[in-house]
Amino acid sequence: MNIRNILLFAVVFGLLVVVGYIQSWSVAFQLLNLCLISAVMALGVNIQWGYAGLFSVGTMGFVALGGLATVITSMPPVHEAWAAGGARVVLALLLAVVVIVAASQIWKRMAPGRKRNLSMIVVLVGGFFLYRYVFDPAVDAIERVNPAGTGYLGGMGLPVLVSWGVGGLLAAGVAWVIGKISLGLRSDYLAIATLGIAEIIISVIKNEDWLARGVKNVNGIPRPFSFMYEVNLQGDPWFVSWAASFGLDPVQASSWFVKLIYAALFTVVLLIILWMSEKALRSPWGRMMRAIRDNEEAAEAMGKDVTRRHLQVFILGSAVLGIAGAMMTSLDGLFTPGTYNPLRFTFLIWVMVVVGGSGNNWGAVLGGFLIWFLWVEVEPMGKHLLDFVTAWMADDSGLKKHLLESAAHMRLLTMGIILLLVLRFSPKGLIPEK
Amino acid sequence: MSDNPYKDDRGNKDLSVTDPSKASTIEVDPGQSAEPVPVGEDKPFLIGENMTGGYGKGADILHDCTVSVNKGEIAVIVGPNGAGKSTAMKAIFGMLNLRKGRVVIDGKDITRLSPQDRVAEGMAFVPQTHNIFTSMTVEENLEMGAFLRRDDISATMEQVFELFPILRDKRKQAAGELSGGQRQQVAVGRALMTQPKVLMLDEPTAGVSPIVMDELFDRIIEVARTGISILMVEQNARQALAIADKGYVLVQGRNRYTDTGKALLADPEVRKSFLGG
Amino acid sequence: MVDFLNALVALTNYILVPAVAYGSQLALGALGITLIYGILRFSNFAHGDTMAFGTMVVILTTWWFQDMGISIAPLPTALLALPIGIIVTLALLLGTDRVVYRFYRKAKAAPIIFVMASLGVMFITNGIVRFIIGPNEQRFADGARFIIKAREFKHMTGLSEGLAIKVSQGITVVTAVIVVVALFWFLNRTRTGKSMRAFSDNEDLALLSGINPERVVTVTWVLVAILATIAGTLYGLDKSYKPFTYFQLLLPMFAAAIVGGLGNPLGAIAGGFVISFSEVGVTYAWKKVLVYLLPEQWAPDSLVQLMSTDYKFAVSFSILVLVLLFRPTGIFKGQSV
Repeated sequence: MNIRNILLFAVVFGLLVVVGYIQSWSVAFQLLNLCLISAVMALGVNIQWGYAGLFSVGTMGFVALGGLATVITSMPPVHEAWAAGGARVVLALLLAVVVIVAASQIWKRMAPGRKRNLSMIVVLVGGFFLYRYVFDPAVDAIERVNPAGTGYLGGMGLPVLVSWGVGGLLAAGVAWVIGKISLGLRSDYLAIATLGIAEIIISVIKNEDWLARGVKNVNGIPRPFSFMYEVNLQGDPWFVSWAASFGLDPVQASSWFVKLIYAALFTVVLLIILWMSEKALRSPWGRMMRAIRDNEEAAEAMGKDVTRRHLQVFILGSAVLGIAGAMMTSLDGLFTPGTYNPLRFTFLIWVMVVVGGSGNNWGAVLGGFLIWFLWVEVEPMGKHLLDFVTAWMADDSGLKKHLLESAAHMRLLTMGIILLLVLRFSPKGLIPEK
Repeated sequence: MSDNPYKDDRGNKDLSVTDPSKASTIEVDPGQSAEPVPVGEDKPFLIGENMTGGYGKGADILHDCTVSVNKGEIAVIVGPNGAGKSTAMKAIFGMLNLRKGRVVIDGKDITRLSPQDRVAEGMAFVPQTHNIFTSMTVEENLEMGAFLRRDDISATMEQVFELFPILRDKRKQAAGELSGGQRQQVAVGRALMTQPKVLMLDEPTAGVSPIVMDELFDRIIEVARTGISILMVEQNARQALAIADKGYVLVQGRNRYTDTGKALLADPEVRKSFLGG
Repeated sequence: MVDFLNALVALTNYILVPAVAYGSQLALGALGITLIYGILRFSNFAHGDTMAFGTMVVILTTWWFQDMGISIAPLPTALLALPIGIIVTLALLLGTDRVVYRFYRKAKAAPIIFVMASLGVMFITNGIVRFIIGPNEQRFADGARFIIKAREFKHMTGLSEGLAIKVSQGITVVTAVIVVVALFWFLNRTRTGKSMRAFSDNEDLALLSGINPERVVTVTWVLVAILATIAGTLYGLDKSYKPFTYFQLLLPMFAAAIVGGLGNPLGAIAGGFVISFSEVGVTYAWKKVLVYLLPEQWAPDSLVQLMSTDYKFAVSFSILVLVLLFRPTGIFKGQSV
């Protein structure tokens, strides 16, 4: 870290402090929390793109899987729903796995020809209808159990911190399947594959109500520690007196306190992942990754299994994204599949990495902070700007109204301009790879 | 790693978003593309004089190398692998940056011209590989060769068909479906469509059978008889020198022997070192 | 026999007609993507938003025409507004090319850098569209609604199943055919079109033949502006206009272009129909057709819908994976333009 990089980070933190003074500390702390999460996401994409040059645009899918993991892990199980159709759903899913395995075995073992194609199609089509036959009634039964409140299987009732790990594992598992398919082909088709799979993951989460209530959302996801509830803190005489010793109102103090505890937890996760990423980058494994990236043919000639390494790095990066997704959902306290949007959860993360500096972990972290800050703050800034620009117009002017209403869309414009400017004038990013 | 940050693709080979395979590999110096400058000296029709240079900012491959050809003559460049034969050819065609030396055609200095502008000055180049439009028909390949011409090209096309009769039969076929020898004919035909004053061939007989090679050399002699200068790089040195008016033996980017084709073939030292005895 | 006819009509009404219309829209969109990939050698992530932009201009012009009382009823006014939409879109595309892409062409940048630049252009175009027309749904179809109404069809034929064809569907197919024929005529018969194919096939050789790359690129953007504006307008007339929906069309359009073989115009068209037919087919409730074909006691209880409509992305994607597994270069080899 040289002076310039330290300065860049200082500027970002300075901006956060400015927001604290001008807007409110509550906004600043919330911003800080999402900056931390964005930094973790950027690290995930940086592992894939920066280390190995994998153009994966499925970030949104892995983040959503992390969110799903929080629901499955930390929500209390719905026993009635399990009784109504839990076993049958599990059976159906096992059946689906058996069918797919059987089909792929037919493909591998039988001699190529019409017979092979036909038997594979029979197994797949028959399997599909059998699966639906087992699956559909179970889903109906589960979704009928108190649809307004639950209508899903619920989770495992484990601590939410566990779910951050589960999110990583879930994302890694799905990444393995995707990677197997799209990296094993003659050339990569990762971009289109990940673009598609991310949409599919979202549509599964949105539609399979038995899993996580779909678009009906899951709220009331427990917080990491029982003391992290504002109401509990405000009722705790010790906390009230402690807040008073700083001259703070207990309501405000409790809200700040909860946000800061989250920030501490996220910082710990960020530092661990950052440390591991840096270690990995400087290890023989990281050197090999870079060797493959810079000259794939030479690496292949030296006996390196490039596809395997790429698969590895894709899974690792996706796992980091899953962890970030889980952290985000547990910060929100609710899981809202309808809000996942590729602009925000895929392409924005890419902007963070490119602007920060592809291949440099510190750059990715900086990009995560800076771009998230701008993403949120451009809106109020744009409003002020438009207020200023339209000041001379009559108050009932239609154009003025339209412009002020459209301020929210300035953020997209700004992100595009920042990306293009950095790409052109500092193509290696703010903190270039060494 | 190249020093151009915009070229860093981090080893990405994702075919669903990019297709680098067919992109241009010509490195044109941004300072190029100027008007040809009259020289006013008596020179061979085309000459690359005292050429020194290499690809991009890399090490020099050519060292003070001179190659020239007179009107209607055939000049052949031979030499061992890595001698800079093709590089010399590309230097004359403006596909790499010369640090020293100049290229003069018909009394005009064209050292600063881009390859496209050299086409307009009457030069035509047939690369060693990727020298046809595989997805286009034979006829379309020839039409593309004449892209810069605004006059009636049917007479020139007729000449090409007379030179390579097989192309007339296959004119509606995709050029990529033809055999190796036929592809070379298409490639030469495409270059002739510009009605060039100089035809430059980079190993035209690479990968074709000996019979096809003889046939191709015969056609090249015919082309030269129409007054077109031919500059050619060949690895089949013996056969090529046999038809050459002038021969250049290059070694490590430098002129080693220069003489008529016959004289080089007769020179025992050249025979021993470069023609296998 | 009547049952069979009824089944056929139901099939036409619910699958054939919508799928052909949607397929034409996808094909036109995919053609734009494939042209850019063939000539500029990168996948343009901004293409969906280019379509949204073009359609937005058409909508604004349509409203203006409607205000002035200009109409070509029974055809939608939007058709009249198309030329203006195309010109403004072209200005946007050439502007971005000048400001953004040309620099990277001169710098001989790696294709992936172009892809990233297109992400930036995507954000900007998306922002501009939302800034001007807002993120909400807009309707701009006017003129007659139907070519054939279901009720009239029943009356005419005496069948119990009706067949409805919307004007927008008819226009879509007719326009798509005209545009595609014109495009292929241009690429295969004109000097400029051939030079584009040559450039796509072998850039170095095209340069050695004196083909001017900047001109080829400009013409490409012209074609893309035409294709994107028309595709977007047809989609908007047929369904409705919402900027985010257009952004999301990127996936099926990419899938269509890749299934057909990136860089191959014929493939883009075939791919568009492959994707649309599978999307509509897999998400359609087949009960309506099956009740006529199967004996009464076999009549299905459920809707026989293979997948819920929300899984249409899954369909595009699965088709894509299947094609790539068995034919990595797409149905047609991605070669000419």
